[in-house]
Amino acid sequence: MIKQINFLGKRKFAAVFSGLLLIIAIASLAIQGLKLGIDFTGGTLVELGYEKAVDLNVMRSQLTEKGFADVTVQHFGTAQDILLRLKPQEGMSNVQLSVGISAAANAAMEMQGEMRRVEFVGPQVGDELTEDGGLALLHSMFGILIYVAWRFEYKFALGSVAALAHDVLITLGFFSVLQLEFDLTVLAAILAVIGYSLNDTIVVYDRIRENFRLLRKGSAENVMNISLNQTLSRTLMTSITTLLVLIALAFLGGEIIHNFAIALLVGVVIGTYSSIYVASPLVLALGVSKEDLMEPEVEKEGADFDVMP
Amino acid sequence: MQNHFPLWKNLLILIVLVLGIIYSLPNLFGEDPSVQISISDASDMSEVQLGKVENSLDKAAIPVKAMELKAKQILVRFNNTDEQMRAADLLRNSLGNKYIVALNLAPATPQWLRNLGAAPMYLGLDLRGGVHFLLEVDMDAALKQADERYNNDVRLALRTAKIRYKSVAYESGAIKVVLRNAADKQAAMDLMDKDFRKLDLKTNDDDLQLFLSISEAEVNAIKKFALAQNITTLRNRVNELGVSEPVIQQQGDNRIVVQLPGVQDTVQAKEILGTTATLEYRKVDTQHDVQNALSGRIPVGSKLYYERDTKAPVLLKRRVIITGDQIVDASSGIDQNGSSSVNITLNGIGAKKMGRFTKDNIGQPMAVVFIEQKTITKMIGGKKVRRKVKIEEVISIATVRDAFSRRFQTTGLDSPQEARKLALLLRAGALAAPVDIVEERTVGPSLGQDNIDQGVMSVIVGFVVVLLFMAVYYKVFGLVANLALTFNLVVIVAVLSLLQATLTLPGIAGIVLTVGMAVDANVLIFERIKEELANGNSPHTSIFLGYEKAFSTIFDANITTLLVALVLFGFGTGSIKGFAITLAIGILTSMFTAILGSRMIINWVYGGQRNKELSI
Repeated sequence: MIKQINFLGKRKFAAVFSGLLLIIAIASLAIQGLKLGIDFTGGTLVELGYEKAVDLNVMRSQLTEKGFADVTVQHFGTAQDILLRLKPQEGMSNVQLSVGISAAANAAMEMQGEMRRVEFVGPQVGDELTEDGGLALLHSMFGILIYVAWRFEYKFALGSVAALAHDVLITLGFFSVLQLEFDLTVLAAILAVIGYSLNDTIVVYDRIRENFRLLRKGSAENVMNISLNQTLSRTLMTSITTLLVLIALAFLGGEIIHNFAIALLVGVVIGTYSSIYVASPLVLALGVSKEDLMEPEVEKEGADFDVMP
Repeated sequence: MQNHFPLWKNLLILIVLVLGIIYSLPNLFGEDPSVQISISDASDMSEVQLGKVENSLDKAAIPVKAMELKAKQILVRFNNTDEQMRAADLLRNSLGNKYIVALNLAPATPQWLRNLGAAPMYLGLDLRGGVHFLLEVDMDAALKQADERYNNDVRLALRTAKIRYKSVAYESGAIKVVLRNAADKQAAMDLMDKDFRKLDLKTNDDDLQLFLSISEAEVNAIKKFALAQNITTLRNRVNELGVSEPVIQQQGDNRIVVQLPGVQDTVQAKEILGTTATLEYRKVDTQHDVQNALSGRIPVGSKLYYERDTKAPVLLKRRVIITGDQIVDASSGIDQNGSSSVNITLNGIGAKKMGRFTKDNIGQPMAVVFIEQKTITKMIGGKKVRRKVKIEEVISIATVRDAFSRRFQTTGLDSPQEARKLALLLRAGALAAPVDIVEERTVGPSLGQDNIDQGVMSVIVGFVVVLLFMAVYYKVFGLVANLALTFNLVVIVAVLSLLQATLTLPGIAGIVLTVGMAVDANVLIFERIKEELANGNSPHTSIFLGYEKAFSTIFDANITTLLVALVLFGFGTGSIKGFAITLAIGILTSMFTAILGSRMIINWVYGGQRNKELSI
């Protein structure tokens, strides 16, 4: 056997580390919250492209002069592209807004810009999306809880869901601390992180279950350590390939999915860490024992999968 | 033999591979800029029209790549967008009002592939450019209209049945009927019971009042009808706009999604979609004095209107001769005086009504009323307040000179644009209830192309990096995993193409993510094989055990991820759904390719030889 790493021996450090991250994440979410995109807040967004670089300060003052005071202006991808964001305005339809503001921007640039994108989201739609997004998170967690409890045991279900909550909170915290924009695609990424991190956790659990049945000797901690070591190279390999792809996506995929890729990058790193240092120690802390995983007499290993390749 | 697949299994995998290649192929051929011509009443096209189109293109010397006659449309392909635009302008002018000429990007899939039913994936708006609208149907307005209608119907029914009443009026959510005596009340109740079953009747024993309110079932029916009717009308209007491959779908109880690929002029699109303009023809009340009406004494059976241009007041009869519903065709034109007009054709009922009216009223004035509902949304104190404005203007008053019925001309419109818009709206039918735009997303064509380029680029780079990494780390087995991964990508694209799923930018991200995660199954298997080898098993047994033991892990891990994809699909809208679909398909196909596909190749490489050392 190759050198064993005592993962569970360091679980106190991991607990402190995770606890710190969680405190920072929750504090940041509570204090400054997320920088929600117009998908959730409602409002109007206009992306314009010009043939020369845009000076944001000039643009801002010009727009304020034209009466668009409450507008955020930022570069988008390149210095020639700008993104204008407006909150829902009183007494103005979105047509007037988007047409008016691009005309004002064109005037400020003294050239005709290219209208690359206009998005308008009504306030009630934004509210619904926020609600649906939250519900989606809760429902997926609940579904996972039931499935894992059925396939494994309730302690594992609790462990995996706690690890997921850990990953989601820290990823959200990351977006809150850096005030990166949180839009629909980032929500999708968070849900994908749940899928990924769970995948990782299940692989480890699967090995723990197998080893509990296989290894007659050894404490629960010992068995789990062996399992973590056995799955370690797989965990790292998969994380690396996924991260490689995500890096490609983050740097080449364009500005619109940049934050999506960032959310996944953070989530995959945290998810990999949590399946080793959060999910398994939690199961141990919940007092898992061999008896929990001994299969009923009649069932044979893998009996429910006849379709073996 | 442990590492040998039965023939059927090998064949199955190869068949899936061949099918995957065939059905993913169309995506490589790109699209031709083309023009799509159809007739506005959706009747069939024939060789005659095809010849006409060919002729006019020939004359203008616009080179044509190909031309096709399908049942209801002609599709003309061009070599570039420049020629496409020129041809579209030319055909719009030469073919006339009856035809709809739409710009389109037709897939350049070769005929033999099309014969097999293969078609490329449908590109979402974020990739091809276009407008996405989410419209909310104003159900309150629909119910209010129904109340008004019932109010009139009840009044009319009482009158027809010769039941005398004091008043019929709409009051706080119900129609209040006040009768003169108990006998009349009983008769009215019997009548309501017989003819107005959709109204709930409430009354007190000791007075002469009846309260009629629309029943719950009828309220739901009205809402359903309003939504269905609006979808039909919107579809007609979008067709009139000449947009190819539009999407018009119900979303939830009261919303409609409208997607118009390729449309850039959102202002025009919004105007056409959102307006509820229609016409009404009414008789002018010549017996009463307008000045009296202005001071508040409006005669019963008449209503006060204003003329559009002069703002002069006019008294019109309440009874409508015909409404916009009875108009079957309308086209814009110019009248003798050179002002804009709309030529109207009525249906049978409308023609009969108009014929009867004009015959009886020769020498009398008749007015055309232009009605438009507009919703103005205001934000007051952070809350959305909607105010509805109904604009009713008299656009023309003309003396009936002669009896006419089916076809006639209406004048008095401000501009040719307005005439065209009105004609379009009259052709397409009225909206049953006003709509509000609650969400709008426009993507310009250049951004769409950028999104495709960047998306494809990141897929390729991510893919190649993973291939290299796997080959270096797992050697021969890595190459096998790479083949399986490529196989997987082909099958995902084939399945998406077969389902005609819409590929969006998050969808591409889903594919990229699947590429990253798809190797997971192979990694699991290979790590298991390594372990079995380390345990001292023979290469053959190691391969066998590696695949066997990894299976339940792969299964559990993928099912849970699939669960997440399903939740995403259930809750997500639009682009998130796209991501969920690709993720789910990717999970399923990756299980097939990574387990069965890679095993087949491993069997070929190592199955025949005894105890050859594994390159892993």
